[in-house]
Amino acid sequence: MTVVDNPPTGSAAPAGMAGALASSKGAGADRAFRGLAVAAGVTVLVILALITFSTTSSAWPAFTKYGSSYFFSTDWRPNQKKFGIVGFAWGTAVISVIGVLLAVPTSIGIALFATEVAPRRLRRTITTVMDLLASVPSVVFGLVGFYVLRAPLQSLFRSIGDSVAGIPIARNVLGQGSSGISLLTAGIVLAIMITPIITSVSREVFNTVPRNDKEGALALGATRSEMITGVIIPHSLGGLTGAVMLGLGRAMGETIAVSLLIGASSSPQITANILGPSDAMPSAIARNLSEASGDFRAALIGLGVTLFVITMIINVGSRRMVSVIDRRIKGAA
Amino acid sequence: MTITAPSAPTQTDATSVADRLKVPSDVRVSTIKGARFARNRAATTAMTLAFVLAIVPLVFVIGNVLAKGGPVVTPSFLTRDIPTTAGASELKGDCAKINKYDPTAACDESAVKPAAPKPGIGPAVVGTLITTGLSALLAIPLGLLAAVYLNEYGKRNRLASFIRFMSDVMTGVPSIVMGIFVYTLWVLEFGQGRSALAASLALACLMLPIVVRSSEEMLRLVPNALREGSAALGARTWKTTLRVVLPTALPGLVSGAMLAVARAAGETAPVLFTIGAANTVAAATTVTGQSTTLSFQIYNLITNGGKISPQMAWGAALTLIAMVLILTTIARTVSARFTMR
Repeated sequence: MTVVDNPPTGSAAPAGMAGALASSKGAGADRAFRGLAVAAGVTVLVILALITFSTTSSAWPAFTKYGSSYFFSTDWRPNQKKFGIVGFAWGTAVISVIGVLLAVPTSIGIALFATEVAPRRLRRTITTVMDLLASVPSVVFGLVGFYVLRAPLQSLFRSIGDSVAGIPIARNVLGQGSSGISLLTAGIVLAIMITPIITSVSREVFNTVPRNDKEGALALGATRSEMITGVIIPHSLGGLTGAVMLGLGRAMGETIAVSLLIGASSSPQITANILGPSDAMPSAIARNLSEASGDFRAALIGLGVTLFVITMIINVGSRRMVSVIDRRIKGAA
Repeated sequence: MTITAPSAPTQTDATSVADRLKVPSDVRVSTIKGARFARNRAATTAMTLAFVLAIVPLVFVIGNVLAKGGPVVTPSFLTRDIPTTAGASELKGDCAKINKYDPTAACDESAVKPAAPKPGIGPAVVGTLITTGLSALLAIPLGLLAAVYLNEYGKRNRLASFIRFMSDVMTGVPSIVMGIFVYTLWVLEFGQGRSALAASLALACLMLPIVVRSSEEMLRLVPNALREGSAALGARTWKTTLRVVLPTALPGLVSGAMLAVARAAGETAPVLFTIGAANTVAAATTVTGQSTTLSFQIYNLITNGGKISPQMAWGAALTLIAMVLILTTIARTVSARFTMR
């Protein structure tokens, strides 16, 4: 790598080697600057540790007092000291899955379009469109959904509910769309919000596919779609998995737009009805934490800690999965 | 057609691709080709369609915000105090309506009801500038220094790899968790109360990992030849970093930092429990006192209802989007302008 990187001892090397070559002038300044930089790096770790510790200790009373009923019950009635978070977890899971299911094919399509199909001039336009979409604040999506889409969606959901009333399974999934805000509404908005991130990561992944592999496939007579399914996708599986999980993590933590569009049930239940109102973990916190105190506050912060842990697992898991798949592909090649 | 070009070299006959498509000489081959080309065409259409699908919500959102917020946003809207009656669901002249639904309700037409107030979001504009600026002051120097450690000193050693990994993980931490963190530690535990500073701390926590990772990427792009040249002249790492590496990477660093600032400006969740409330520009011009931001104000206006809330929310949304877009555009221009060279 670099010249200063040559000695195998790594971190201590630059100062040591420079010291051997030059006079000792500036060695103190270098040590001070290095110390400052190390301190800044460690601060990142300290903040993350503080986040973990501070939120967990605030939520601890809820975990210890309500124990298993906190994690395995759907009974959430704060005024009766009943705190079961399963309903909120269900809401978060359903909208995240809807969001990812809608966003992943679209994002991969856009990324392939940008890397393989679109002429050069259009590629910059695609980047701009994705940047614009990514820069729209969450609350603005919530605003548009709340004031503009709610009314038309309400009549749409009602007519859907009426038309599937006689069909056994569809009746349970698409029935009773009483208002325009629902699990599905929140899921669709999440899909829009996570599309830019999944697209940009997928694009980077597709750009790492070796040109020789692509041209080799084309030279063998493959059409572009065959080249994509035969070369690009297998080569990119690891990176794509990472992109999808990144999107999933974002979707789970998204707060404001979801809070405005999910319907805010006070005690969400496990339901298959995606046209009905529910609530998600972050939006329940957003709506109630300011005024909450005592056990209720601890229970809400506990929701945040649970969410934090789940997104951490997803993030760490996605990175590990990416490295495993990458290694397998490299080993096969 | 561009699609057929790649497969041309495999054909044994010398006729042009276009000719072969029009007049297939061999029926069997042409059917196989037909199916494959059809599939290829379908895939291309699907990819194009995916892009169109992404444009639709963007145009819809921006169009709505422009159409509904455009008439509201005026210089006085941006500087005027938030009317204390913004949340009022009854305004002057509403008595007839109220009594229609609830005849027993006491309604004094002349005295209590406020006149329709003039919309304004001055405090939110001031508060957004202060909290975002403050969080940038906290997060950018720290994040940049951490990036310098990762790329110039730590490189691949265990601590640096761990910090790199953890900042990646921290990028994925939901923004509301940052809000909860500052709320529990700073507002409750330390008893500092809600303030612009508390909100800035939460936003800084959000920005920090973004700044670290983007800055490190930018530092990595600086050619090693520059570092080696500087080292060969006898400069130590700190001098090389300050005089050679950072100036070279400056455009990239600036654009990365501005994107992080733009992200923080639009965030609502970390601000929710930490900022409090402020209705006048004078009250919002503060660091240690309670304040408000555009995104927070929009959320409040939607959830609290009120007669003029929707129009104020649309105006605030347009202002917020404009601010975020200006920051993003400057960032993109800076990085595009300087990477050309």
